[in-house]
Amino acid sequence: MKETASQTAGPYLHIGLLPNVAGLPMYNGTDPGAALVTGPTDAARITLTLRIFDGAGDAVTDAMVEIWQADGAGHIPSQDADFTGWGRATADPETGLIRFETVKPGPVAGQAPHVTLWIAARGINLALHTRAYFAGDDGQDTDPVLSRIDPPARRETLMARQDGDTWHLDIRLQGDAETVFLDI
Amino acid sequence: MRRPLKPRVRGNHPPALHPDYRTTVLRSPRLAPLSMPSTLSEETGPVFGHDMLGPVDADLTRNFGNDDPIGERIIVLGHVHDETGRPVPDALIEVWQANAGGRYRHRKDGYLAPLDSGFGGCGRCMTDADGAYAFRTVRPGPYPWPNGGNDWRPAHIHFSLFGASFGQRLVTQMYFEGDPHIALCPIVQSIPDPVAIERLTARLDMEATIPMDARAYRFDIVLRGRRATPFEGQP
Repeated sequence: MKETASQTAGPYLHIGLLPNVAGLPMYNGTDPGAALVTGPTDAARITLTLRIFDGAGDAVTDAMVEIWQADGAGHIPSQDADFTGWGRATADPETGLIRFETVKPGPVAGQAPHVTLWIAARGINLALHTRAYFAGDDGQDTDPVLSRIDPPARRETLMARQDGDTWHLDIRLQGDAETVFLDI
Repeated sequence: MRRPLKPRVRGNHPPALHPDYRTTVLRSPRLAPLSMPSTLSEETGPVFGHDMLGPVDADLTRNFGNDDPIGERIIVLGHVHDETGRPVPDALIEVWQANAGGRYRHRKDGYLAPLDSGFGGCGRCMTDADGAYAFRTVRPGPYPWPNGGNDWRPAHIHFSLFGASFGQRLVTQMYFEGDPHIALCPIVQSIPDPVAIERLTARLDMEATIPMDARAYRFDIVLRGRRATPFEGQP
């Protein structure tokens, strides 16, 4: 059997994937993936913010991003009862900022700490896989994904930068600093 | 225990850049994606329980407002398998669509067709142990969209699927057999393989049609394969 063909999620993905954000009262008022942290976890709480830019340098304000990550101890799926590991959010319709309240993942066996990102939007025919790493973390030199990136300078496109408890990553769909997307 | 993902067959999918679908011009990565074997991060994924579903989540004719929606009542059903032919149980399927007039309940949809007080256009269900799923809705209408010309989307329902691993995640659209707009739509025709388009086209299923109630359309879905033999190994 062959995999079913992908199609764009289109401009109205919000009503299907984040209906409460889109103004449809569904599912007892809670969108799937709205909260990653569900209790007083021992892991380090962080805010992960993203912005996505198109080839003209404009922020993509209609995208949906899902994240999937290890818990603070590096277990994937999470073994932390207060942490789901999976989140879903949409870009702010004005600024394009995407925000996740999550935890700093621990290193998954053999890999540097990272968050898997999955991006769907109008104009994206096959949703895009990429990752956010945390600039300065140990283990990046031997990480199996980062070490495949050639030229190595493009690794920088996956490095979130820290500002207090917030880590931020810009994702560029095109241009000189085009983000490394993963064929996975 | 790990189940590595089989490599994705790119020819199954539309290329990132398809200029006839104008929005892809500025939103398509231009560099080749990085080839890599799957890691635990893609071989695992969120697990959902059937207990998350409310009693009318899978009935779009009843899960919004107090009125009955206008339009042709239909059931959409099928099976979810992976590329190795195994059923995918407990797969969360989320759907969204326009109403019978071709209008989405979305703040950015300004099409002149009216909203329907009995229709939200959003629902979800999960596959059973055999990979079977079903939901009830109304047949969505076709609608025009801004793409530079006189472009109309064929009637369609958006699907989002989770398999057993995050690397199997899929978003697609289901079309209806006999719709002349399938052959005219730049989004559909971004798929290079006509057979793949055929497989996105649901067929009338008279056996599953409920007499004096709702016609049924069958849409079977295939997610990416995971290797048949789990193995212990390095990441």
